[in-house]
Amino acid sequence: MGPGGVDGRGAVSEPGGAAAARSELEDAARRAEARRGFLIALPAWFYLTLFFVIPLGIVAVYSFATRSSTGRTVLSDWNFDSYRRLWDSLVVEIALRTLLLALATTLICLMFAYPLAYYMATRRPALRNVLLILVMIPFWSNFLVRTYAWKVLLGSDGPVSQLSQALGGEPIRLLFTNTAVIIGLVYGFLPFMVLPLYTALERMDWSLVEAARDLYADGWTAFRKVTWPLSIPGVVAGSILVFIPTLGAYVTPAILGGAKTTLAGDYIVSQFLAARNQPFGSALSMGMMLIMLAATIVYFRWFRPSGRDL
Amino acid sequence: MSVVTGLRPKSPAERLLATNSWLVFAFFYAPIVVLVVFSFNANENVGIWTEPSLRWYREVFRDEAVMGALRNSLIVAAISTTVATILGTMAALALERFRFRGQRVYDGLLYLPIIIPEVTMAVMLLLFFAQGFQWLDGAIGWSPTFGIGTISLSHIAFNISFVTVVVRARLGQLDPRLEEAAADLYATRWQAFRGITLPLILPGVAGGALLALTLSLDDVVITNFVAGPGSTTLPVYVFGLVRRGVTPLINAVSVIMLAASMVLVAVSFGFQRGSRGRVPESMAEDG
Amino acid sequence: MAAAVALQGVSKAFGDVYAVRELDLAIRDGEFFSLLGPSGCGKTTTLRMIAGFEFPTEGSLQIHGVEMALQPPNERPVNTVFQSYALFPHMTVEENVGFGLRMKKVGGTEIAERVKRALDMVRLSHRATAAPKQLSGGQQQRVALARALVNEPEVLLLDEPLGALDLKLRQAMQTELKDLQARVGITFVYVTHDQGEALTMSDRIGVMHEGRLLQVGTPQEIYERPTSRFVAGFIGEINLLPATVIDHDSVRLAGGRLVAAATGVAPGSEVTVALRPERLELYGVNEVIPTNLNTVRGRVTRRVYFGDVFFYDIDTTDGVIEVKEENRPGVDLHEIGEEAVVAWDPAASTVVER
Repeated sequence: MGPGGVDGRGAVSEPGGAAAARSELEDAARRAEARRGFLIALPAWFYLTLFFVIPLGIVAVYSFATRSSTGRTVLSDWNFDSYRRLWDSLVVEIALRTLLLALATTLICLMFAYPLAYYMATRRPALRNVLLILVMIPFWSNFLVRTYAWKVLLGSDGPVSQLSQALGGEPIRLLFTNTAVIIGLVYGFLPFMVLPLYTALERMDWSLVEAARDLYADGWTAFRKVTWPLSIPGVVAGSILVFIPTLGAYVTPAILGGAKTTLAGDYIVSQFLAARNQPFGSALSMGMMLIMLAATIVYFRWFRPSGRDL
Repeated sequence: MSVVTGLRPKSPAERLLATNSWLVFAFFYAPIVVLVVFSFNANENVGIWTEPSLRWYREVFRDEAVMGALRNSLIVAAISTTVATILGTMAALALERFRFRGQRVYDGLLYLPIIIPEVTMAVMLLLFFAQGFQWLDGAIGWSPTFGIGTISLSHIAFNISFVTVVVRARLGQLDPRLEEAAADLYATRWQAFRGITLPLILPGVAGGALLALTLSLDDVVITNFVAGPGSTTLPVYVFGLVRRGVTPLINAVSVIMLAASMVLVAVSFGFQRGSRGRVPESMAEDG
Repeated sequence: MAAAVALQGVSKAFGDVYAVRELDLAIRDGEFFSLLGPSGCGKTTTLRMIAGFEFPTEGSLQIHGVEMALQPPNERPVNTVFQSYALFPHMTVEENVGFGLRMKKVGGTEIAERVKRALDMVRLSHRATAAPKQLSGGQQQRVALARALVNEPEVLLLDEPLGALDLKLRQAMQTELKDLQARVGITFVYVTHDQGEALTMSDRIGVMHEGRLLQVGTPQEIYERPTSRFVAGFIGEINLLPATVIDHDSVRLAGGRLVAAATGVAPGSEVTVALRPERLELYGVNEVIPTNLNTVRGRVTRRVYFGDVFFYDIDTTDGVIEVKEENRPGVDLHEIGEEAVVAWDPAASTVVER
């Protein structure tokens, strides 16, 4: 029974003279406590202000600046040109491709991860832990290396192609295509989908399914009416964890994609390292960031995840 | 606990589930196995198997560029993990155990580096350092350069948030009554923290540190932007090679990096096991 | 001698919500005092203010005459037994028990000695090196007790300490706690929502409701002379009959029946007559009833057999009255549908506000 358990009827007592003094003392104690908390928070606050908030501000400022003919950024003549360029057909095409690819990746991950998580959650505890470790290993493994492994596999003289030829087929040319990028992204982010789904399903009260069966639901109906609705938070968390990083993916398309499969992340990087158009790159970054923030806020508003894990 | 799936054993649905699961696990591990196998291939050409050998591993350790990048990676990882773990743990404590002005803004700010796309963060830090160095040069005539320093500062910036999330989860599970009990038993705030809170959240702090270490050792995008000439980290160096093509040398480096990841996973599981405490021997009431 | 704990005009607000309002309470030295009330009544907040986990918004809080309202918990001569026990999971039983003494910088040999004595007292010496998790609920409870008592506090605070135990164990622990208190002679302040627990263990009880202390008294006083409708209804089974005061020793029940009862309020006041079911007697309509008793006639609508007692519901014009009759040899059974007369001694009733 804490403050939350109190049934409040509003303030009744009028603070008298001595009581008012006491109240100030209580306030002083609370202020001292707040000050202590603030001081403990301060180092990270200071650090993030210097190395995150200010850099964010600089990008915002740069996005309104002008690029000189030599590729330098001129911090004057503020304008919206960079933002106007976001509607160029090339940019829109890249944005749509990125969005589609991210959606496809998320759906494919969900398709394979849900049954896997369900399978894991319904095993004996001992086996469950082994399977969990098997998912955790790729989750913790170096992302770059895992993506590189697919370059080895899918290369023109890689095992996949060789296998196909050995079986009398054509050499398979997957590398540098959208398919290769999707395979790489699914491979990279699948564990991010499995883990929240598994957490949601494992925590579920399975006696609810028994209750549904007891009340004449068949296995499929019990799943549809009980298990699936209860696992929605996991589905949403997993989808967000896959969708958002794939939107900004850079490493995977850079390794497995080709010239015709430029994605948003790739495109932004090229504005800084190749095209040297910092204002436009900044505007692109801001746009991408706003989309992701919006997606995240929608997620938190609508689904209000109860657990903090993942 | 008995598990009820709502499915009879070995029903078609059950078989489908099992098949899917093993397919996914095959998908997870096949590329890794192929990579490991090929890393022991003696041939110059990745695709052609000749005989098993440790040739490429020897080459890795003889390659000065790789070794230099590895050294940089380790320095950056050590610095950023240490600083981020301390700052992140403090932030978690402040958020979970105190009420102060601006707390909600602080909370949101701490989530931003996790949510924000890596590419955006990379751009931010690149422009920040470039602009900042230019300004420092003009103001006090000191012009630092991009290098291990900028990489470390950047890694700390994203690692703080991840450490905070992990430590907060642990703190959230900790019964606040334990700290009250310590105060009730005459412990000062500091004694209660040292004697009760810290030992009990240590697995969370270690977990956060391991995550920070992993993220620092994995990062390509941000490092790629804030690295200076001659100061690249191993993933950025490897990334540069990978973009150009597949070589047996990269295979060997990759397998070494994978092995390092595995060690980290093992350590993290060790921590989690240790934190679960001793298994109850007897629950019998004998009084 | 000053009271062990004295609260004067203590209020505690969380934001705009008052958890405790203008509480005045003096807990005597050496007594077993219970704060009783439903959840959310402010009893735990009161205990937490005595412990120092919350600071009062207003008022004075003294422990043995020393003002303590804003003292941090570690500077107060009180110790707490938590509802969840709050045993430190990373320490053994003896490390847990010795924690307070170590914080007070007591010497090593003395700590060992006192920890041993405390564990002997709760009969857990054989589990000294166990981890709290390895103990059963009852054992953890006793470790929590030893951990608090080893410091020889001036006041021991107990926050629903038996709440997590099953019924059998809870009853055993009630006796054990009461004995322990008698042995160590320390003032116990015991928070509970279980009226049975409060009645059987306490020297005195304070009943709280919506942040206010409604009544303080011995268990008998609380049970037999409730001063408010809430206290009457919260503790034990009771019939509450609406009535209007006629004069200082009679009231008219809602059904129109005039009955004798000591009132003490102005004629015309709307009141409630509180009647314990076990203080009522049931007569057949043809039986002779002593004239000094109040009577209400009605029909038996329910009879429940409890082994040692029968419970009857009698539907009367003044409402349904529950009667508890002992199952003695020769007692007349009343059948459902029968007419019957409920009778009671005017002294057995209490008049409380409407």
